[in-house]
Amino acid sequence: MIAALIFVVSVAALGQFFVSYCRAVLSSGRKAALSDGVRDAAHIESPAVAASDFARILTLARICPEAGHDTRELRAVRVYYYLLDLLERAARSLSPPVAAWAELERQGCAHFAAVTLDRRIAHSRELMRQVYHNHF
Amino acid sequence: MLGPSVHVLWFISLLLEIAVLVCALYRRAFARYLALNLYILCSLILTVGLELCRRGFGIASFTYFLGYYCSNSLLCILKYFVIVQLYRLVFAKTDIGKEIRAAAALLLAATAMFSYVFVQHSQGHHLTARFVVELEQNLNFLGVVLVYLLWGAMLKLRETRTRLIQFCLALGIYFSATAGTYALRNLFPSLEPAVLRCIPLIAETLLSLAWAYTYLMVPEEARLATAPLAFRLPGQSPPRAPQMVNAR
Repeated sequence: MIAALIFVVSVAALGQFFVSYCRAVLSSGRKAALSDGVRDAAHIESPAVAASDFARILTLARICPEAGHDTRELRAVRVYYYLLDLLERAARSLSPPVAAWAELERQGCAHFAAVTLDRRIAHSRELMRQVYHNHF
Repeated sequence: MLGPSVHVLWFISLLLEIAVLVCALYRRAFARYLALNLYILCSLILTVGLELCRRGFGIASFTYFLGYYCSNSLLCILKYFVIVQLYRLVFAKTDIGKEIRAAAALLLAATAMFSYVFVQHSQGHHLTARFVVELEQNLNFLGVVLVYLLWGAMLKLRETRTRLIQFCLALGIYFSATAGTYALRNLFPSLEPAVLRCIPLIAETLLSLAWAYTYLMVPEEARLATAPLAFRLPGQSPPRAPQMVNAR
């Protein structure tokens, strides 16, 4: 009985700590606004980035040269996104508030990926500008 | 016998512990987070020492047996000191360091006493092993409760130091994963060899990874609002503004 109680408490705490940790790691990207350039490039029409855009934005971000050391963060976001995706599917019929929460978190992940893409596009442009400047 | 996957995990964990220490020294944060770094340093030394002991005396020897359980209990207590240091850092402005130290010592003594009372009827040298296992399990669960309370205090006090937040949350993940695994082992003893043996090692590896990442990527001056980090379902109200802290 005590072991079962400890297990339930630990799993509940693990869930909360994990979500808060992922949010703490992703927090830098959540606040940043997106430029018009990245909205055009990724065909983002609504003010908020949709969760379903995540895969497309991630593919575009992979094509661009890396800016700084953001690949690890992007990988962590991808893992978090797919875990949320599983949770959202499982909770859709069982618990709609949990599913709604997972959807919001997935939107946060998509926004983070869009911010990374934005940074990489800006970095690519800067590289192009430097190459142009050196040659001409 | 240990499987190859356990050996690989063990080696990765060792490398990550070295990485934590290197990153702490590189960022000049060794003294600031002394308990945390000492825990990692001791873990590194004890892991290597234990491996040498295993090779020298064999896994079935009494020396290895003693070394294994002594190192485990020492690391458990050091982990406990890491939590105490995080508490002291969070409550640094409130000047309750002495109270925190006293409460921590009392809790540790009470947990050790409780663990001893629980296993005192065991016979022979197995008493040491059972006591250490019991103490480890109890300290892990105590760790979950203490880190959870610390996280609650951080939210309430609107703690903004990103490093501190990430250290605390990573420790919370580690303690809850380990305590949950021990509880599951007690519930289903037959699961132990197949699934549950690796989880504490994976949790330890991830803890080192998270701490190394925090040292390397998060500068000491980085600040972060904690309120948006709290787990809240849509429709739940955000936390109320904190009361004034009595800062002397």
